[in-house]
Amino acid sequence: MSAEVSVLFDAPGPKARRRHLVIAVVGSLGILALLYLVIRALAAKGQFTAAKWSPFLEPVTWTSYLLPGLRATLVAAFFSVILAIVCGILLGMGRLSEAAPVRWACGVFVEFFRAVPVLMMMLFAYYVFLFGVQISGEALPLLGVIAGLTFYNSCVIAELIRSGVGSLPKGQREAGLAIGLTPFVTLRLVLLPQAITIMLPSIVSQLVVILKDSALGFLILYPELVRSGQTLAALEGNLIPTFIVVAAIFILINYLLTRLAHYLERRLQTRGRGPRLPVTEPLMSPSMAPGGALAVPGQT
Amino acid sequence: MLGGLSDLLAEYNVFAAFWMTIKLTVAAAIGALLIGTIIAIMRVSPVAVFRSFGTAYVTLIRNTPLTLIVFFCAFGFYITLQYRIGAQNSPIDVQNFRWGVLGLAIYHAAFVAEALRSGINSVPQGQAEAARAIGLDFGATLSKVVLPQAFRGAIAPLGNVLIALIKNTTVVATIGVAEASYLMKGMIEFRPDLIYAIFAIMATGFVILTLPIGILFTTLSRRLAVKR
Repeated sequence: MSAEVSVLFDAPGPKARRRHLVIAVVGSLGILALLYLVIRALAAKGQFTAAKWSPFLEPVTWTSYLLPGLRATLVAAFFSVILAIVCGILLGMGRLSEAAPVRWACGVFVEFFRAVPVLMMMLFAYYVFLFGVQISGEALPLLGVIAGLTFYNSCVIAELIRSGVGSLPKGQREAGLAIGLTPFVTLRLVLLPQAITIMLPSIVSQLVVILKDSALGFLILYPELVRSGQTLAALEGNLIPTFIVVAAIFILINYLLTRLAHYLERRLQTRGRGPRLPVTEPLMSPSMAPGGALAVPGQT
Repeated sequence: MLGGLSDLLAEYNVFAAFWMTIKLTVAAAIGALLIGTIIAIMRVSPVAVFRSFGTAYVTLIRNTPLTLIVFFCAFGFYITLQYRIGAQNSPIDVQNFRWGVLGLAIYHAAFVAEALRSGINSVPQGQAEAARAIGLDFGATLSKVVLPQAFRGAIAPLGNVLIALIKNTTVVATIGVAEASYLMKGMIEFRPDLIYAIFAIMATGFVILTLPIGILFTTLSRRLAVKR
């Protein structure tokens, strides 16, 4: 990154270095002043008193609220990921199918559900399970969250699979057909394994999206991390400290996942066989633009 | 069933809800573009402190759920800390709207910054080198040569951010802003028997909002792409 970016300015000489130092000092003072104002405002409202933060030193806060919340978040994300990958691969195969009706049906399905907000699908699934299937109790919100996340993310993964297959050299498919495999078997045995490998970093980045979106389960009363944090905050009267802790947990987990995606990306790039990873190229390709499944890894 | 549906549409104002979605989108998009451009410039600036601040902003914000950011604005800053945006005596739903817009803008600014950075990376090195060779400094290189091309190169990813923003405006339903998904919840609870029709109407509304924007940005990115 720095190699591409540093071309914007010369290697600084002594004068520029002095100027940069001045700007850096002024800039950091500005940022520090901003932070100081925020912290002072929080302190003035009594957000840094021991009473607000001491609950986090007590084990019961973690064992009764934050850890069960985290567990609920991870459970919902886990099932959604598994289902989304399975459905996404099936949908992706459908979009690449030889049979036109299958291709169109999967295309319409993917384009439609990619355009609908996840929260709306969660609400819809929740009420269908409630009124239609008449599920009740603890399973209801969990099923709603999983259904909403699965619908949306399987469409995103289907697009990832499709563009992964599209980025393979044409010879792969031709070779498969030439040795007498049917188009479907070629897809399944030759193209798909390579496409999934190429798209692995993007799929891992999608995990971050799923984990973040599971917080939408708040609205259908799923006791995930944000909701259990809110319950805790209502009890202890420390909303802001709790939200800071909850945010830190999310940031830590998602940061590690992003690192994993980068690591996979680098490994795949240096592995030296198959096509180079199309990380930036499909981003610009106009055919991908609507809805943009291929947007920056970790996209909203 | 059709009679029930027309009763429902008479009872609930679907257009007002989608108008709210559009207002949220426009306001948050302007905010996100402003903040995101500043962050993107910081990320490529020669001063290391600004670079790390930009990176920290993107890393922190991108890994936090939007729900949490919106709550932080509405429940944290507004309810708990009693901060108000704009007029002190404005009613609670106006305040919720403004804090919701701020939350959306803060969150999507991180993605705008990433889109712009990918646009800046798509500008060939020779452009910046040529700008420096004719004696432009960092500010002029960026504002006269690189950024105009970067914006054009970033149109496709920016379009994706805008579409994501339209869909993400539904998150402010959690703080009670009466936009499309908030209305849908009310409608379903009022007439559970019409649940499929209600979902079809509201989902189609979002398809109508996002599809033309997707097509528009695809066309724009193709037409405005810098010929190389």
